[in-house]
Amino acid sequence: MFDDLSDLYQQVILDHCKKPRNFHELTGATSSAQGHNPLCGDQLKLYLAMDGELVKDISFQGSGCCISKASASLLTEAVKGKTREQVQKIFEQVHEMVMTGRVVGDVGKLAVFAGVYKFPARVKCAILAWHAVMAALKGDGQPVSTENEQS
Amino acid sequence: MSPTTPPPASGTIDWSALRADFPILHQQVHGQPLIYLDNAATSQKPRAVLEALRLYYERDNANVHRGIHELSNRATTAFEAARTRAAQFINARSADEIIFTRGTTEGINLVAQAWGSKNVKAGDTILLTEMEHHSNIVPWQLLAERTGAKLAYLPITGDIGLLDLARLDEQLGSGVKLLALTHISNSLGTINPVADICARARKRGITTLVDAAQSAGHRPIDVQEIGCDFLALSGHKMCGPTGIGILYGRQETLETMPPYQGGGEMILNVDFQRSTWKQPPHRFEAGTPDISGAVGLHAAMDYLDQIGRHNIARHDQELGAYAYAALSRLKDGIRLFGPHIGRAGLVSFLLKDVHAHDVVTVADQRGVALRGGHHCNQPLMRKLGVESTARASFYFYNTTAEIDRFVEVLGEIQKFFGA
Ligand SMILES: Cc1ncc(COP(=O)(O)O)c(C=O)c1O
Repeated sequence: MFDDLSDLYQQVILDHCKKPRNFHELTGATSSAQGHNPLCGDQLKLYLAMDGELVKDISFQGSGCCISKASASLLTEAVKGKTREQVQKIFEQVHEMVMTGRVVGDVGKLAVFAGVYKFPARVKCAILAWHAVMAALKGDGQPVSTENEQS
Repeated sequence: MSPTTPPPASGTIDWSALRADFPILHQQVHGQPLIYLDNAATSQKPRAVLEALRLYYERDNANVHRGIHELSNRATTAFEAARTRAAQFINARSADEIIFTRGTTEGINLVAQAWGSKNVKAGDTILLTEMEHHSNIVPWQLLAERTGAKLAYLPITGDIGLLDLARLDEQLGSGVKLLALTHISNSLGTINPVADICARARKRGITTLVDAAQSAGHRPIDVQEIGCDFLALSGHKMCGPTGIGILYGRQETLETMPPYQGGGEMILNVDFQRSTWKQPPHRFEAGTPDISGAVGLHAAMDYLDQIGRHNIARHDQELGAYAYAALSRLKDGIRLFGPHIGRAGLVSFLLKDVHAHDVVTVADQRGVALRGGHHCNQPLMRKLGVESTARASFYFYNTTAEIDRFVEVLGEIQKFFGA
């Protein structure tokens, strides 16, 4: 009955949206950033605890649609323990993937977002948390909005 | 049928047969029959309107007012005939009270600039309501910034979404220059008693503007009965093309107003240093207007009156009530916004634990076109304590069978996202 939905709502996405991981405030966070999608009202806040160049811990809070919540949740898993440089690389891979459907290199579980490009209205939902993590890494404290980005 | 033929009695209308007039409705989306329930955003266009546009461009196209040749005369006649028809459509006293605009948004901006800059001063109050569309908020904010005026809002009563009219007289009290409010709320479906409200404002000498974007194609509009000073509407929400709308203004008010934009068409005489301008409505129509849009809107008004707008209003309410009742049966899994009874043909809702955008995406996969988001009502959403809602909005070509399918799809969505 739901075959037509599996391009977008893969089982992993449904699971992460219903039970988001690392979904709490982070005590000991060294930086944080707000992400806002004014079109949907999606609001999330990402917390980072850096140890030098390393993402020692990461979490998020907020509300949003299934895609944006699952994206943030999977992001926290993918980014924990990675270096700043590695996160930048994953960001670029995810960006390319949700915009075009092309999967470059090994993106692990994040490949579940490869179908998002077929749903242009939802690309911003999938990329919101990634813009927020890049902002938190820069640590300039500026909130990011999907409406100021090229998406 | 000519527009002067009286419309049929509502009992005799075969509503689903009218679907044949709308070519766009007969298609599949994602392999499913299209069920278009986003009519509050824009309506579909009947063949009569498409044909009027085609004929205009194939036969009569030329620029208006400036020409002496045959085609220009025809274009001018068609453009001014649309104005006369519009005056009749909303029962204005004269065609001189009809200004062609791009739509409701431009109509409100025109009033905020041309009327507002002359009549609103520091300390004055502009009274709006909490259910206004952004297009009936932001132009007033800009005016308030320019002039130092204040904005005040008549509150609504919770999820039921009725204006708190007990507070009206008190709020109309101190220094209010203008009351601008919507006839029908695009996210709550509330139908406001605008005639009564405008009468109460007028008694205190307050100028009134009615946003008729959601009502003009859905019920008879009589500006004299409403008693407003201004009324703005959009052609595209009432079977007409995009890019054309109407601003009604009371003649004696229009005459006191300076121009909105400068350019051709609106002037009497231009010197290098200063110009004199025409009488209303031309004073407010600078540049080449949307001539084909006016022609298309004329055809749309004729089309709607052949069905009868009082018939459309009744059918709208039937569809709205039917949908509201069917959605209520989804029980505690759903939160419904807007009045229980006497609502317009649209329903805003939230499914428990499912974001509006997920609802809309999945419904789209099933061919059902909904809208999700803040519906250009961000302050209202904040007041209701939500970020967004999903909305189904109907027009006369929608059927109860489509509503049944829409509600069935919502049931599937609840199952899909269920814990
Ligand atoms: C109540 C209301 N007012 C104003 C508007 C703005 O209309 P337009 O975008 O055609 O100018 C809309 C359209 O969504 C509306 O629903």
